[in-house]
This record gives sequence, structure tokens and C-alpha cells, in this order.
Amino acid sequence: MNQRSSNLLDEALGLDQVIEPWPLRGRVVAIEDQVDTSGSFVLHHLLKRSLSPNSSNVAIFIAFSQPFSHYDRILRKLGCNLVSQRDNSRFFFFDMLKLQCPDGDEGITPEGGLIALYGKIHKTISALPEISWKNVSIIIDDLSLMEVAANGSSDYVLDFLHYCSTLTSEFDCSLITLNHEDIYSNEDRPTFLIQMEYLADILIKAEPLATGLATDVHGQLTVSNKGWNKVSNFHFKVKENVVECFYPGRSRG
Amino acid sequence: MAESICRALRDGALEGELAPALTIKDSVASPFALQVFSHVLSQLFSSILAGKSQSRGLVVVSFSRSPSFYLDLLKNKGTDIASSNKQIQILDCYSDPLGWKDQLAGSRNFTALSNEVLVSSTAIVFREVKHMDKLYNSIIELGKGLVGGGKIRFSIAIDSVDEMLRHAPVSSVARFLSNLRSHDQISSIFWLLHSDLHEARVTAVLEYLSSIVASLEPSHQLANGQRGDLENFSLIKHNSKKGKFHVRFKKRNGRVRVMSEEVHIELSGINFTSLPSEGAINQGLVPKVQFSLQLSEKERIDKANVVLPFEHQGNGKPIQIYDGRRSLVDGKHERPFAAVENVQTNENCGSGEIIYYRDSDDEMPDSDEDPDDDLDI
Repeated sequence: MNQRSSNLLDEALGLDQVIEPWPLRGRVVAIEDQVDTSGSFVLHHLLKRSLSPNSSNVAIFIAFSQPFSHYDRILRKLGCNLVSQRDNSRFFFFDMLKLQCPDGDEGITPEGGLIALYGKIHKTISALPEISWKNVSIIIDDLSLMEVAANGSSDYVLDFLHYCSTLTSEFDCSLITLNHEDIYSNEDRPTFLIQMEYLADILIKAEPLATGLATDVHGQLTVSNKGWNKVSNFHFKVKENVVECFYPGRSRG
Repeated sequence: MAESICRALRDGALEGELAPALTIKDSVASPFALQVFSHVLSQLFSSILAGKSQSRGLVVVSFSRSPSFYLDLLKNKGTDIASSNKQIQILDCYSDPLGWKDQLAGSRNFTALSNEVLVSSTAIVFREVKHMDKLYNSIIELGKGLVGGGKIRFSIAIDSVDEMLRHAPVSSVARFLSNLRSHDQISSIFWLLHSDLHEARVTAVLEYLSSIVASLEPSHQLANGQRGDLENFSLIKHNSKKGKFHVRFKKRNGRVRVMSEEVHIELSGINFTSLPSEGAINQGLVPKVQFSLQLSEKERIDKANVVLPFEHQGNGKPIQIYDGRRSLVDGKHERPFAAVENVQTNENCGSGEIIYYRDSDDEMPDSDEDPDDDLDI
């Protein structure tokens, strides 16, 4: 039932067919959302898909936003047990809530900060059998909080993201990030946001409808898939246990 | 027109002149610079292999893509990479641009994976992208390794200068590019730029350094602030596959030539076609209704042939255009009005006649202009 209702998002990403080898391997997926339309549900959905029982995919979750218990609760409602996945070494949770890069650090020492985080991710993937490398998803929630942890240095965060994207070519794994568009919307040139848009192979934008908020439709998703040269747009409604995606005018109410 | 660019790079530098430099710039609205860059790169490399270009080797300075991306690109175009590593070298500024892997390997048990043998014979890893001087020296060294010293030249492709501008100030990057252009072993140089990542003055500096500027623009401009509009989405979809390609050539004698084409992005690659006429572009923006709002060619001709009833006097005489002078053959009362109403009292009793002389041939028969506009009462 879950698979049927999220089909439009899965279709746009190629996740409606086989999920092993992981269809997003080697790709960078950037999710952008706004205050009115949180894109976390896309992150949760992709995490759930990658930890599907029919596969041996691995997810490395870098959390700047919420503790483990939060994601555990949400994924349980979606039918996925993060605790047992963690015990089975299919789910690696890096709790970054307390990370604060020392002032003036900016990547000079490898002991703390984002260089160490990159090293930790690299080590985790290298330790897996080579055949699993392309089934690994690195998920980051979220980039604006990573920037805060890096004392506002978006350059340092961009360096880190560059190194993470080199992992996608080194290991053929995938990188999935979440960022908030409206944080940068009052800048003349939202450079950080635009850099991510150039880096991404697939861009997923969660935005409100032009007509405003509604009860039947929570917002719209626009999925730009550069690899397939395809752009899709559809509406979504986030429910307790599932997300419904449908074309405009076809809400099930 | 894309052909003209490739030809300019192929022909290379003249003795005593700066090497031709090409900027390929785009923005998020039409992010096709990489496809254009790849096209130019593969065309130039084919010419180098065929011995048809001034340059005898190509150095690719890769910041945004892994070296294997370029090797795969050339392999897909039919190039035998294994035997052509004497003509191409890649300075790999992608894998470890800031030396993080080196630092980690020093302090922890971090095992860097070894690259494939083929890649490592063609690509050299560069770890100090903040140092423009070292970057410059490495590029020259790689190039000389390809073509030797002396007078033989090589070309340089940089993907992309955006990364360089993140690590070094614009003055250093400008000096770096300028020095490369003036080096007497450089045949041509081209780079990729995302204009919306930088201030306008930075883009301007790079354009001043270039002899050719190729910019990509969206086919249709999106209305700002109207996100989530269904019409906007169809424009987004349209813009994701097509764009406008404008090229500005700066000649040695100071003349500037500007050309435009349309660019189509397909999965197989990029295609350049000549720009359709304005009408065809606007066709896409005309609202889709059930009746035709445009005229076909036949309809346009027929319309031009219709002589409006008050434009002929019905006496077989040709249409006369009033030119403001009292020199009309008929000698009837003329007034400086565009339209004159004259009732015949003697010849055709009971019938009226409108005598209308158009001001000029330019005025469209059914124009909205008020003929009394030029009354001066």
C-alpha cells in the first residue's frame, strides 16, 4: 500500500522498479524545502526505500537536526525499524547535534570538524564489502544546520560537500541532502543554494501551491532529473503513515 | 556557430599574440555550460588527434568532475584513450583539492583507494588549489610533458573557474588566466563559468580576459515570484531541454561579431540549430484556444490583396495617396484631411461618394489611428 501511494515520487527517481543495485547510485540528490512545506518527508521516504527488506542497501545518516529517537519514531510509522537496522549494520547514525567546529578552525586540523566527519564516512564505507559500496546512501539532515555548526562558513561546508560528492565517484554511492530555500531567499545571490543546485544530479523542490495552503493538498514537488533530462511536478499530502502523491486535480481528499 | 568556436580554438594563437580564450557561461535557469564545454572539448581533442589543429596536446584542469568523466566522454566519442595518453593529460583538482585525504592518512588509519591504472597514467592529482602559482606551474609542466619544449603548443580546458574563485581572489585568478594566455606554448584556452555564483564584476573580469564569450540563456524567461504556477512549470520543462546560445567574438581589429543559435539538450548530447523566427518562439506563448489567432501565409496574401471599398473611386483609376500638396489630378476640393466626404449633386443623383486618400502607403488599411489626430483647430 505504501509503495502504490508514493509511486509518483518513486517513478520520478527510478525507485519504482528494482532497488538493488540502488537506482540512485553515483548520484547527488538535493532536496530544497520551505517553512510552509517541509521536505523532511522526502528524506524519510528515501531512507525507508533504501532500507527496504528486499535489499542489502546501507544508509549512513548524518544528523544535525534531530536525535536518533525522532527518526526512529517516524520511520516506525512508515514500517521501518531503525534500531534493528542499526544492529544489523545496515543503518549508521552519526549524531552531529553537538558538533561545533572550533573557532578559526575551518578545516585546518583533521581532528575535529568536517574533515574528521569526511574521514569517518570514508572509513565506514571502506569497511563494507566492495560489492555493497554502490548500495550506500549518505543522507545529511540538514545543510543549513551544518553551516551553523561550521560557524557560518559556507565555504567550509561546500568543501565538505565537494569531498562527499567525490565519494559518489569513488564508491559509486549516493549522496542525499536537505536544505531550506527560504533561509537564503533574502540574499541577492543565494550562492550556497545555487552551488548545491549545480552539484546535484537530481533536484527535488517542495513548495507551497501558488494558491496558498490547503487541507487536501500540502504542497507540490518538482523533481528535476538531469540524468534522464526529465522534469516532473505533482502535489503531495503528508499523512500519518504515508505520503500521497498525485497529479493536480486528483486529490483523494 | 558552435563550429566557429571550435575552429577558432583549433586555429590557435598567432605569433606574438595572446592565445584565444573562450568563456562558456550559464546560469541555473539554463545550466547547459557543461554540455557545451564537453562538446567543445571532444571536438578540439578530435582535431588534435587528427593533426588538424595548431595544438598538439590537451591539458584538462578538472575541478568539478572526476578524470574518469572526461575519459569516458572521449571514449564514448570513439577515441582510443589507451593509445592517446600522449596527447591528453588531466590535472585532477577534483579528488583531493585541499589535501584532506593526505592529512587524514597522516593522523588516522585512513586508506585511500588506488585509482585504476588507466586513469592514473592520464591524470595527476593536485592537492593545493589555493595556490595559483603552483597550479600554473603544474599545468605548464604537464603540457610540456605532452608536447616537449620549444615552439610546439598545447591547449588547456578548465572545468571550472568557479571552484578556482572559491579558493582564490578574483585578481589571482585573473592573473593566472592572463599568464596562461601569454605563454608562448599555449595554443588556446577555454573555461566554464556559472555566472549566478559570482558578482557581476567578477563575470565582467573574466569576459574581458576572453576573446570569445559563449553564453547560455533560457528560451523563456520565467516570471519572478510566480512559483507553483502550472504555466510556469511548462516553461521550466521547456527550458530544461532548450536554450539560447549567444556567442560574442572579439576580433583582433577590435570588431565584435555576435551570433545566436538555439541549443537542444538530448540524452545523447547537445545539438545546435539556427534560431527560429520570432513568431515561432512566441507561438509557444500564445494561449491555447480553440480558434486560430495567427494568419497563414495564404491568408496574409489574400488580406493584402483586398482593396477596401473607400480606397477606390470605382472608376477604374488607380489608388491615389494624398501627399499634402494640392496637385491631385481630379481638381476636386481638397482639404488637408486624410478622409474627405464629398457628395455629388449633379452626376450621380441620389448616391453618395466617399473619397479617401491615404496619407501614405505606410498606414495600414485598418489601422487604429484616428484620422483627425492631426487636426489643428
